[in-house]
Amino acid sequence: MHGFVQNTGRTALNFLAAFGRITLFSVTAVRWIFTPPYYWQQLLRQTIDIGYFSLPVVGLTTLFSGMVLALQSYTGFARFSAEDTVATVVVLSVTRELGPVLAGLMVAGRIGASMAAEIGTMRVTDQIDALDTLSTRPMQYLVAPRLLAGTICLPFLVLVGDVIGVFGGYLVGVYRLGFNPSIYLARTLEYLEISDVTLGLVKAAVFGFLIALMGCYHGYHSGRGAQGVGRATTNAVVSASILILIANYIVTTMFFGG
Amino acid sequence: MAVTPKIALSGVTKSFDANHVLKGINLTVAPQESLVIIGTSGRGKSVLMKCLNGLITPDQGSIKIDGQEILGQGQAALEDLRRRFGMTFQFGALFDSLPIWENVTFRLRHQQALDKNEARDIAEQTIIQLGLAASVIDQYPAELSGGMQKRVALARAIVDKPEILLFDEPTSGLDPITGGVIDRLIIDARERLGATTVTISHDMASVRRIADKVAMIHNGVIIWAGPAEAMNESGVPEVHQFVHGLAEGPLTNEKPAAAPAKMATS
Repeated sequence: MHGFVQNTGRTALNFLAAFGRITLFSVTAVRWIFTPPYYWQQLLRQTIDIGYFSLPVVGLTTLFSGMVLALQSYTGFARFSAEDTVATVVVLSVTRELGPVLAGLMVAGRIGASMAAEIGTMRVTDQIDALDTLSTRPMQYLVAPRLLAGTICLPFLVLVGDVIGVFGGYLVGVYRLGFNPSIYLARTLEYLEISDVTLGLVKAAVFGFLIALMGCYHGYHSGRGAQGVGRATTNAVVSASILILIANYIVTTMFFGG
Repeated sequence: MAVTPKIALSGVTKSFDANHVLKGINLTVAPQESLVIIGTSGRGKSVLMKCLNGLITPDQGSIKIDGQEILGQGQAALEDLRRRFGMTFQFGALFDSLPIWENVTFRLRHQQALDKNEARDIAEQTIIQLGLAASVIDQYPAELSGGMQKRVALARAIVDKPEILLFDEPTSGLDPITGGVIDRLIIDARERLGATTVTISHDMASVRRIADKVAMIHNGVIIWAGPAEAMNESGVPEVHQFVHGLAEGPLTNEKPAAAPAKMATS
């Protein structure tokens, strides 16, 4: 019993300590986003890396998710003669939920890992110390542009992913399930509201921030050697993925007022 | 009248949890002097060097540059101070994602807003001074040999003419000839800039070439410091063993002190 209480207490304290460290790290980084000098070249590089090079993976993921969603919805709704709602279900599911979450998880795997590996390697090879000796703040040069780029690029990616996902549903709906193209498109737009898209984009911005934060935090505090960088990379992807799912619920709740 | 030391350390201590790496370092370096710190691996040499330019903050003690205390001065003062330092790291620490010309002129570009052509010209001149071909400036660090990377790191350290140069094992991993070339470049750079240098080295041939003064660190304290030519007659068994590379003696391979892998958020 004593050991159980001790272990529970230690786990709780470790969790709180980690939460405090990550909070301090993010507050410091956000402060540097708004403090000159601004490293535009770094921001541009990160924007291209996150926004442009993630397009194929996000596009493919949302395309097939939209296609599967159309098939599954049809299977379910056909049981109570509600096949007409397939287009509406696809567009609402993709814009409000699947687009941001799937794009977030895919980008967490691609970008979170890459940020943690790059910054972790810089840590273990003294490049971060070298930045300090060259009168450049590593948080401002390395972390702030990545956080900003992540927050800006994810909504853009999700917007593109939404369109592709809905198009995937359209392809299946029209060419596999035999819907009339005009009717399918009309149904797609009929019940879609601006707030549905906005919710997805807000989620995407939050996810982008969290992915970059986890990648930078774990890389910045990477342990020694290849093993340390490997562990930082794994931790970045796992923690970003979990945080995305938690934040998804929180943001959804906020928009629905509980 | 006594000359104010360029660098003066007094009672500097540093611990990482229960690991007491520096236990009260007292050391002075005169202006334009070349001090080399020797000692077995993991005894706090790199931690001591990082304390000098504020990469690591000591727990206690005093570090003065030109008689001015640098500890507890705040971030802005620390950044001003760092502009007076140039430093090379054991493995170069060149930025992988940047070409050589951007590596060399990194501080100049960010501090003085040099345009690209000016920066490339300065990088090219500095690289040529260090015996590399001008074409190197468009290559990336991974494309260069270890010796070339060390030269580029040296170029980055000296390009904006610092007063104090810190070299962390500048010849490690190099063949003796390339090591000798690096030593000559260090001596040339020091003379040209009139800089004070602090070097960490295990390479005794290099120590004899570049040192005016040698200090040996062991178990967190300086156990001997004196002129380089007096190293062989120090009368300290640890120094004798280290200088002559003897397997038998008071220095053992017990668990070394390690610098922290994790740094504070700045």
